[in-house]
Amino acid sequence: MAERSFAREVEDLRLGNGDTFRGEGILAITKALLQSGVAYVGGYQGSPISHLMDVLADAKDVLDDLGVVFQSSANEAAAAAMLSASVMYPLRGAVAWKSTVGTNVASDALANLASGGVTGGTMIIVGEDYGEGSSIMQERTHAFAMKSQMWLLDPRPEHECIVNLIEKGFELSEVSNTPVMLEVRVRACHMHGSFACKDNVRPAHTIKDALNNPKRDVGRIVLPPAAYEHEQEKIRTRMPAAIGFIRDNKLNEYMGPKQGKVGIIMQGGMYNNVIRALQYLGLSDAYGNTQIPLYIMNVTYPVIDAEVAEFCLDKDAVLIVEEGQPEYLEQAINTVLRRKDIQARVHGKDVLPMGGDYTAQVLLGGVREFLEKTEPRLLGNRPPAPDATPVLNHPAVEKLKQVVPARPPGLCTGCPERPIFAAMKLVEEELGQHHVSADIGCHLFSILPPFNIGATTMGFGLGPASTSAFNVKADKRSIAVMGDGGFWHNGLTSGIGNAVFNKHDGVFVIVDNYYTSATGGQDILSSRAINKRRKTNNSIVQAVKGIGGQWVRQLDRTYDVGKMRDTLKEALTTKEEGPKVIVASSECMLNKQRRVKPQISKAIKDGTRVVKERFGVDEDVCTGDHACIRLSGCPSLSVKQLDDPLRDDPVAAIDNSCVGCGNCGEVSEAAVLCPSFYRADVIHNPTRWDMFKSKVAMSVIGWLQRRRDRRRPALEALA
Amino acid sequence: MRDETVRLALPAAGEATERPISIAIVAMGGQGGGVLTDWIVQLAENHGWVAQSTSVPGVAQRTGATIYYIEAMPPLDGRKPILSLMPTPGDVDVVMAAEFMEAGRSILRGLVTPDRTTLIASNHRSFAIGEKIAPGNGIADGGAVTGAIGIAAKTEIIFDLNALAIAHGSVISAAMFGALAGAGVLPFSRDSYLDVIRKGGKGAKASVETFEAAFERVKAGPTELAAPAKAKPVDNIASSATPDPQLGELVARLNQELPEPALGMARAGLRKVIDFQDVAYGGEYLDILKTLHAADRNAGGGAHAYAFTETAAKYLANAMTYDDVIRVADLKTRAGRRARIESELEMSNGQVLQTTEFMHPRMEEVMGMLPAGFGRWLGARPRLLGWLDRRVNRGRRVRTYSLPWFLALYVVGGMRGLRRRSLRHAVETAHRDSWLKAATEAVGTNYQLGVEILQCRRLVKGYSDTHSRGLSKFDRTLAAIKLVERREDAADWARRLREAALKDSAGTALDGVIQTIKTFA
Repeated sequence: MAERSFAREVEDLRLGNGDTFRGEGILAITKALLQSGVAYVGGYQGSPISHLMDVLADAKDVLDDLGVVFQSSANEAAAAAMLSASVMYPLRGAVAWKSTVGTNVASDALANLASGGVTGGTMIIVGEDYGEGSSIMQERTHAFAMKSQMWLLDPRPEHECIVNLIEKGFELSEVSNTPVMLEVRVRACHMHGSFACKDNVRPAHTIKDALNNPKRDVGRIVLPPAAYEHEQEKIRTRMPAAIGFIRDNKLNEYMGPKQGKVGIIMQGGMYNNVIRALQYLGLSDAYGNTQIPLYIMNVTYPVIDAEVAEFCLDKDAVLIVEEGQPEYLEQAINTVLRRKDIQARVHGKDVLPMGGDYTAQVLLGGVREFLEKTEPRLLGNRPPAPDATPVLNHPAVEKLKQVVPARPPGLCTGCPERPIFAAMKLVEEELGQHHVSADIGCHLFSILPPFNIGATTMGFGLGPASTSAFNVKADKRSIAVMGDGGFWHNGLTSGIGNAVFNKHDGVFVIVDNYYTSATGGQDILSSRAINKRRKTNNSIVQAVKGIGGQWVRQLDRTYDVGKMRDTLKEALTTKEEGPKVIVASSECMLNKQRRVKPQISKAIKDGTRVVKERFGVDEDVCTGDHACIRLSGCPSLSVKQLDDPLRDDPVAAIDNSCVGCGNCGEVSEAAVLCPSFYRADVIHNPTRWDMFKSKVAMSVIGWLQRRRDRRRPALEALA
Repeated sequence: MRDETVRLALPAAGEATERPISIAIVAMGGQGGGVLTDWIVQLAENHGWVAQSTSVPGVAQRTGATIYYIEAMPPLDGRKPILSLMPTPGDVDVVMAAEFMEAGRSILRGLVTPDRTTLIASNHRSFAIGEKIAPGNGIADGGAVTGAIGIAAKTEIIFDLNALAIAHGSVISAAMFGALAGAGVLPFSRDSYLDVIRKGGKGAKASVETFEAAFERVKAGPTELAAPAKAKPVDNIASSATPDPQLGELVARLNQELPEPALGMARAGLRKVIDFQDVAYGGEYLDILKTLHAADRNAGGGAHAYAFTETAAKYLANAMTYDDVIRVADLKTRAGRRARIESELEMSNGQVLQTTEFMHPRMEEVMGMLPAGFGRWLGARPRLLGWLDRRVNRGRRVRTYSLPWFLALYVVGGMRGLRRRSLRHAVETAHRDSWLKAATEAVGTNYQLGVEILQCRRLVKGYSDTHSRGLSKFDRTLAAIKLVERREDAADWARRLREAALKDSAGTALDGVIQTIKTFA
């Protein structure tokens, strides 16, 4: 498993009645699953839900005690397909992933699941990676819920509310035989909060019970005529059942005064920021005591027509606060009101932006405009709202815009992927630029400075597949990069298998760093660690060969830049046909340091001989051209200004965060850069032989140095 | 809007219309912002407050800019406050920046406003990739941040929190927590902060010490905005005990022949040149400088504070001390060099140091050391040269402080005697002469252009390919200057060309300026 321990978080999962949970939102969700009596959990890691997977992977004892099955799924499709356990059996199950990317992958299974319907409660927890800090395309999960008819929960960002909705969500799923999606945004997942715990619940029916008593019903399988029946069931039975349950259990909330000429309808997730915006306008206090009626949709699909109608009936206008586009809720509510001939005017995207985060600031503007249009009296004497524009318009701050540098994410200090891209850069200098398809993972940072390598990214594990059109004889070959995570997620078949079958001539680089590093260092099939609960150490090379790859090269030390470069050159120029696959393997440095650092400290403490390596730059040899940095971008390789009037430009410098990976030396050697780099080996607890050798050498060296120094002119006169 | 609406009294919405205390921590991934956030949340919760923190680690976890946000407020009659998930511009009480440019970024985001915000920022720099990869000096101007802080912050607490943390064996988060306590913006006692840290277990002692140091530093009063004092670098210019009479003469000549404004630079230049070769070479330096100064005087340099001479003193020294194998070997074998590495590594007595150099000599470097005539003869025989290159041209890992390798470097480092007759010296001298000729010709008609041409020498640096690229940029720049030399604004164009050449390594920006020049010249 990842070199990080989640033992403390696992303790949180053991809390019971009377305890208070304090921690991250995503952990609260994990705990809520156990309180809901799930029989199985699966999923695929990725921000913002990685923590759920990490903690459950470390929580073997807790899960075993409860009889809960946990799987690290191969990908989101596998996770979604896992939910089929709830089709025939009254088993509660949950899966989690990053959305919308994970939902895209899972869609096939989800659509089948939603068509046949479920017996046991099923919950799909999607980390809605939307807005600032997101790492993916800006889309809404809402569309998936609607197209397959799965209920979509969007709870207020408060632990108590989220936990409660998960428990209710399982009931809702069972009552309506429909899978339920729980949408939590990035900040809500990473939000610190608290809730009053309940005891964990053992599943009433276990996976074992189901296996021992198999059931089948051809009516649940998606094949005509059952498929047509499913559609009718969705409309006639499941939807009404869901609506009934949501109303009876008051999953959606009304807040504020009963009466009012205007009101606000919102997704649950928008609640906190709406309250803050109202507070700025003097229409609420900090505790949510609002003067404007609010209708909070903790369930955003289905829309409960009767509730919407009731809320809008006596109002002149309502504002719909719905983040992202298209404006599904606004359309749905308009339809409701038109059908029922209710005259309340509907505002939404006319006063709020179509896309982007609905921050308190954005909402402040939107709500104010809404009220100015509909009920300006409410704005009263317009107390001053926070406003940074005078500061931002000040010339000194304006000037700052040109100064503050962009700070894109990059590869970590000592990252084993850096030398791969340095080698690609060197090959580019020799053989010219190539079409490079990038993939999802840490290696995607290659598209940013200093490497600027990679033309497209089409999804996780799809780097190789996205070169498939470039399968013609030409002067140059395409290059595809894919990580080990993407390889096992689907790249083995979609990328390598596809290239083998279609006799693709391109180059395929598989970056193997022993973990799915970008998502936090989870184990995968080819991880090198021994993991008692999983079968690791499955070779990528064997898999590639097994699927028909002929030209396969394994590099066991990516830091060997020269070899990396030569292998790439060979792959780009060899006459051999078919895909040229290079598997470049070295351990993720972040995880390696977590593993090795304590061991080294302990060894030094215990008096064992340890050689610690670090790189350095001779500042008087360095000419300050920064060519080395353009081939590296390592955080520990920086620049410093020398106190020398003869020098204009800062020289390269390596700070003490250097882990001695060797890339600097390898690159300056392979690229024939300059001789200013050196590796310093410090021997801790040296042996007597070490000491003796050094002493002898240094006494001769010292004598030579003094001899030469005596012959130099005394330059003090010029100091 | 009707007039009466404006005059309407606004009744208070409830008992507590005030907002929670809001704290934004702006940092780079990996700076420990998460730990600091947890501490502040714990601190507030220990006082019975409701605290909420959010963050967006995402891809920013790796060196990217990121932001942590905390809101905290006491509950009211058992009711929890509704807390926002992101900071609102103009509504943040405390901004804590773990790096100076990040402080600037927080101002640009509108998080720092004069009516409300206490800005606690470390003024140390961690350079962004864009600042590091420029072939010239790409470092952003910290003064602009200082200026903006004065405008934007209500209270500012600015000092090198990072250095303070390192000095106390801890990380910046502990220093920031101490500065927060010292700032006194939260209604919590110093001891309650310490309680939070002490519960941290591992590393708590160093954290407490760092906390206390930062706390005292803030309490001690006005915080300076100046950059932290630079540590004096360990000098690697060797010196002997015996004063040299010839050197004394040179110093006297320097003081006598050169104008006052150029003296400082000339002294530094002379020092570098002598250190590179010998005292006689220093004499050569002064000879050339004297000629250039004469041209300066003729061009009316007095009115320009002899900028031409001063600039020449700088770049001539750099041109004369080209980076050859002898120089590198000499620098690597000096006593001061090892001392510097040992101090950088903070080595203690019981440890043993060895260093490995990454050398990649090519036949070009070897040829450069040969006598000029022989070198040229060899240069005219590409097949022989290729055969030799295959034997020389490969990476060599040199164990500096093993006797055989040290001796080899030592011998090479002592080959100064061969230098003046070498091919490299001949090439460098010819290049230098034509450069100085161009500058001298220019200075007579356009003083500033002469100075600019001298400064173009800055483009030549690096080794092997980088060096050739630098030379080619230098040549292209001088050729382009030639096109505009008769224009009045020639000096401006020269400066523009040089700045463009330093922007990127490929020379794209330079080509752009050259194209522009060609449209009118």
